[in-house]
Amino acid sequence: MLLPFAGLLTGTFLDGRSADNPGGASLTPGLALDLEGGTQIILTPTTTDGSQVTDATVAEAINVIRQRIDANGVSEAEITSQGGRNIVVGIPGKASDDEIDLVSQAAQMRFRPVLTYSYGVPTPTESPSPSDDGADAPADDATDAPADDADAPGDDASPEASPAGKSAGAPVMVPADLAADTTPSPTPSPAPDAADDASTDATSDGDAAASNPSDLAQITPAIQEQFDQLDCTDPDNLRGGGGDDPNVPLVTCSTDGVFKYVLGPVEVEGTHIKRATSGLLPGANNTTSNIWGVSLELDSEGAKQFAATSQRLYDFGDGNPQNQFAIVLDGLVVSAPGINEPINDGRAQISGSFTRESAATLANQLSFGALPLQFDVQSQQEISATLGSEQLQKGLIAGLIGLLLVVVYSLFQYRTLGLLTVASLLVAGAITYVTIALLSWGMGYRLSLPGVAGLIVAIGFTADSFIVYFERIRDELRNGRTLHFAVERGWERARRTIYAAKAVNLISAVILYYLAVGGVQGFAFTLGLTTVIDVMVVVWFTHPVMALIAKMRFFREGHIASGLNRERLALSTAKPRYAGAGRVAMPQPAVDVAAEVNAEAEGATPVGEPALVGAATPGPAVVTDASGRRLTIAERRAAERKAAQSAELAADENEEGR
Amino acid sequence: MAGFSFAAWGNDLYTGRRSYAIVAQRKRWFAVAAALAIASIAILGFKGLALGIDFRGGTEISVENVSTTQQAPAIEAVRAVAPSDEPRVASVGSNALRIQTLKLDPDQITEIGQRLAEAYGIVPADDITVSSVGPTWGQGVSMRALWGVVVFVLAAAAFMAVYFRAWRMSVAAIVSMLTDLLVSAGVYALIGWEVTPSTIIGFLTILGFSLYDKMVVFDKVRENADGLLDQTRTTYAERANLAVNQTLVRSINTSVVALLPVGGILFVGALLLGAGTLRDLSLSLFVGIAVGAASSLFLATPLDVALREREPKIKAHTAKVLAARAGSDAGDDVLVNAGAVQLQPGHHLGQAAQPRRKSR
Repeated sequence: MLLPFAGLLTGTFLDGRSADNPGGASLTPGLALDLEGGTQIILTPTTTDGSQVTDATVAEAINVIRQRIDANGVSEAEITSQGGRNIVVGIPGKASDDEIDLVSQAAQMRFRPVLTYSYGVPTPTESPSPSDDGADAPADDATDAPADDADAPGDDASPEASPAGKSAGAPVMVPADLAADTTPSPTPSPAPDAADDASTDATSDGDAAASNPSDLAQITPAIQEQFDQLDCTDPDNLRGGGGDDPNVPLVTCSTDGVFKYVLGPVEVEGTHIKRATSGLLPGANNTTSNIWGVSLELDSEGAKQFAATSQRLYDFGDGNPQNQFAIVLDGLVVSAPGINEPINDGRAQISGSFTRESAATLANQLSFGALPLQFDVQSQQEISATLGSEQLQKGLIAGLIGLLLVVVYSLFQYRTLGLLTVASLLVAGAITYVTIALLSWGMGYRLSLPGVAGLIVAIGFTADSFIVYFERIRDELRNGRTLHFAVERGWERARRTIYAAKAVNLISAVILYYLAVGGVQGFAFTLGLTTVIDVMVVVWFTHPVMALIAKMRFFREGHIASGLNRERLALSTAKPRYAGAGRVAMPQPAVDVAAEVNAEAEGATPVGEPALVGAATPGPAVVTDASGRRLTIAERRAAERKAAQSAELAADENEEGR
Repeated sequence: MAGFSFAAWGNDLYTGRRSYAIVAQRKRWFAVAAALAIASIAILGFKGLALGIDFRGGTEISVENVSTTQQAPAIEAVRAVAPSDEPRVASVGSNALRIQTLKLDPDQITEIGQRLAEAYGIVPADDITVSSVGPTWGQGVSMRALWGVVVFVLAAAAFMAVYFRAWRMSVAAIVSMLTDLLVSAGVYALIGWEVTPSTIIGFLTILGFSLYDKMVVFDKVRENADGLLDQTRTTYAERANLAVNQTLVRSINTSVVALLPVGGILFVGALLLGAGTLRDLSLSLFVGIAVGAASSLFLATPLDVALREREPKIKAHTAKVLAARAGSDAGDDVLVNAGAVQLQPGHHLGQAAQPRRKSR
């Protein structure tokens, strides 16, 4: 149980949260938009195919954005539609550029053939030398090609990365291989500053009627000029931005800025992507290789288009830049794998030097990239948290008052034992707090106002398991057991109840977490978390401490303030009762229908059962007095007489009382 | 015995010395529950839930370049024009405010704009932008929440049916849980606060709590009913009633402990904060917890008894017990004093109660 604490402390030292490391560990949990303030982005979706933006497409766009954000961890981003036209995205905290990109990146995914490419700098002197590693990789060998290849998309532009952004090497698409193509860079001319806008769109003067989308004749002098001047190290050129005309060649950069491309007209629209998944690629003989890759599945029309294209590209042969197929997202080349065999069934695999994350990113981009929408960022605002923080403050005060009342009440109800409830609650609270702080570090969980309310509410739910437990112990005491046995047996029975009841709670939390959205999800998360922690605390803290307590004289003897006072629990039971089957229950422990019902329920008479006196008792009845000495028959009879008298007395009193 | 002792009361309840005939009077509780449910449906039908801006859309006014981000003037400005409105105001950055209101018509917006301009020293034409909020988000959330409820109910019903090995128990729990939800929604509609996403969250929590509470009570019923068929002294109804009485103290303690913090938030939220996440959440929770705890005792268990007494085995057993009892001096009120059968030493129960040799 101490592990989370240790983990958090270590985390704080190793990866402390600071202004430039908002995802780092901290002793305080991250707060959601309503508490911490955050960034609000208003997006206007426009369709790329000229069709109307309908409510349905907006809803779909919201889903896409939500999926992207949720895939980033539970950050409780709030996504709303405004006026049926705009999409408002609230990102808690100060949104990083990555997060804003994630939201606003046009989900415009297209496949274009590569006409030519080079390093993403406009300087003519540095003619891109063919990358050695790329060159050496045998085109048909899927397994060892990718090792040193390029970075994942979105990585920083590392200049030593090899060509083709990300190359592929797989049964289907091979690594873009620069060995054969002797310097595709057509002597770029130096003019870096003029190229700012150049990347977005090729001027539509590519009017040279191209025989096919891979026709090099499309590279008109204007495009060549544009290409030469394009500087992909300039961040302005890496921002992307939708609106590329699908019918003309495109001059653009790879997302990491390492390469720049001239691409032919769009051949397959991203909307034809049925699904894209990332995973370890299958190797030869149905084995699983240890290479991460992305599997792509196209719908029938996409497959048809892709088949024609891949056949043509394949014919260019390995090493020819035109062998590559650029995956363009939002006007930037995400990946440009080469084709190593025609793909006719619409199932392609992209391999390369993927890591698990980069493969997942590409798969995500591919599967969410199918929406025919692009987003224009209308405004981007920072939101302060005045209102939320005020509510938080007052809410916490309210919670504290509530907690105090709970403490007072449990002390009233359970006397000293109430202290155990309080201690358990404190332990549960501490663990919950630390876990949330850890989660906010590890997976970007952020505490929202509903989450805080959930935690306060959880006080009551958590205390309930203690109440169930204590009541069971009292039940056992009422059955006449000694405290030691009462604690053990009470635990056995309470445990079952607690597990079953908490299981229902957990089911509700898990289902709500998976099926609900936004704030509900965050709340369900808190609910599930506290449920689990609650069970942990009961099992590993409350019960062991209770067992220890049972050994203490103060409690064992049922001190009046212990909450386990036998007289109070077994009041008005000083009456011998006929317990059936020729047995008589002695007064001191109360054996009642309830006890019997429970005894029957247990199936066997447990140790510590109240002493029974009676003819039918197998063997001589062993009756002992308080000191444990065995009573003589005469003493026993005397005791019975005395008990009978007091029983009558009590009965009379009862009569009068009623 | 000086005064009322809670522990002694609990003790008497446990041993059956004192017993409330909750199960025996189940028709009364069913009537009460049905009345509440019908009332809730009527309230929901006639009055309806006041949906918040997230569900029905509304007007959002952004005020920029304000000299102060105090929220009170904005609230006053809106209230002056639309008195019934409960505007939600949030500061945006250091010099802007966002005001969410009900759907306003252009005249109202102009008037509010003028008042805001006076209060904050701004130029209405330049610094105020108005946009309307679409109801998509709220609908989306409610739809998914509804799906969540459906799946949850199915999963929980399956779990309980397996755990108790009695589908009737699970049906009883689910039915009373849904009644809880209905009554909570009715009370919420009666009070007339806006339904916001927080309210939805509150209702979803009620589901979990309500079912949790029923699990605890039913677990005691299950425990008491174990080995029921092997004896002829008590019926299922009596044992269930004993279970209810035995868990009465726990239920009271649990409800009090759960209600105290929620009540704290509700109190602070309603009095100090005005409309907001905490207020809406705590009201739905407060009502739901109270209703849920009560229905575990008064609706779920009697319902369970009513359902399970139709089970052939239990039906036969009950008949047997009652037949056996008819011969003895215990009258009809034995059923009422369920579980409270007190045997007196020396008292003869009649020949019928004596052990009998079984025919070979």
